[in-house]
Amino acid sequence: MAAQNLVFAVLAVVAVLAALRVVTTRNVVHAALYLVAVLGSVGALYVLLAAEFLAAVQVLIYIGAIVVLFLFGIMLTRPTLGRESGLDNDQRWLAGITGLFLFGVLSYVLVEAFGDERLPRLEGLDREALTAERGTGAVGDAIFSTYLVPFEVVSVLLLAALVGAIVLARRE
Amino acid sequence: MLVNQFLVLGAVLFSIGVYGVLARRNGVLVLMSIELILNAVNINLVALGALQGASGAVTGQVFALFVITIAAAEVGVGLAIVLLIYRNRASVDLDEVDLMKG
Repeated sequence: MAAQNLVFAVLAVVAVLAALRVVTTRNVVHAALYLVAVLGSVGALYVLLAAEFLAAVQVLIYIGAIVVLFLFGIMLTRPTLGRESGLDNDQRWLAGITGLFLFGVLSYVLVEAFGDERLPRLEGLDREALTAERGTGAVGDAIFSTYLVPFEVVSVLLLAALVGAIVLARRE
Repeated sequence: MLVNQFLVLGAVLFSIGVYGVLARRNGVLVLMSIELILNAVNINLVALGALQGASGAVTGQVFALFVITIAAAEVGVGLAIVLLIYRNRASVDLDEVDLMKG
């Protein structure tokens, strides 16, 4: 239990510091690389929550595809790479106050609602049974039975987004 | 582990993402902040699912997978739009994109 909390603390600190750098750094490429740190920490948190398929998908899709897409976007929209000014607008203080206020409200509500409710402990349980009822196979079964229709709809949505992105980005 | 550990971490990441969306003027950086927000939501989905036992844990993971898929589609279309703005105006400064402002 203590080891889990220690791992959580390390991952949370890395995620929060890297996220702060994503929104404050003056170098766009560095922002993308800090985003990798955030996404990696969140993926490790999924492992901590016993969602290992989601952790693999996080690494494959987010770090492997989306961050690469971001880097391409940065390269295509920047004449020069490196430090630059003018990445922030002049409502920075207002935005900071909004963010702090939002965090205050959210954390107050969460503490009020969940207090010190604990996640169910999985240590002593049978590993085979746990894998069968909440492992990758169970997630696949759920996607292709209960959530089959949303899954198909999402695939059509991806196709539409793909066609839309190509139509938007191609030259006449 | 407390469930609130994960939920409050999600709240922190969400607030940082909202700050980034409001304070950044570069289009690509705004999209990155949106990714932070979506990740915070995914942490919440998985943690709350794990609180509900086995079927809830699976449901939370499936929902998070859908969110990841839609985030990928959103980034693709969003970056195409940012690219188009850059091609038309030679900058991705969102403060200059005020064509539809009343």
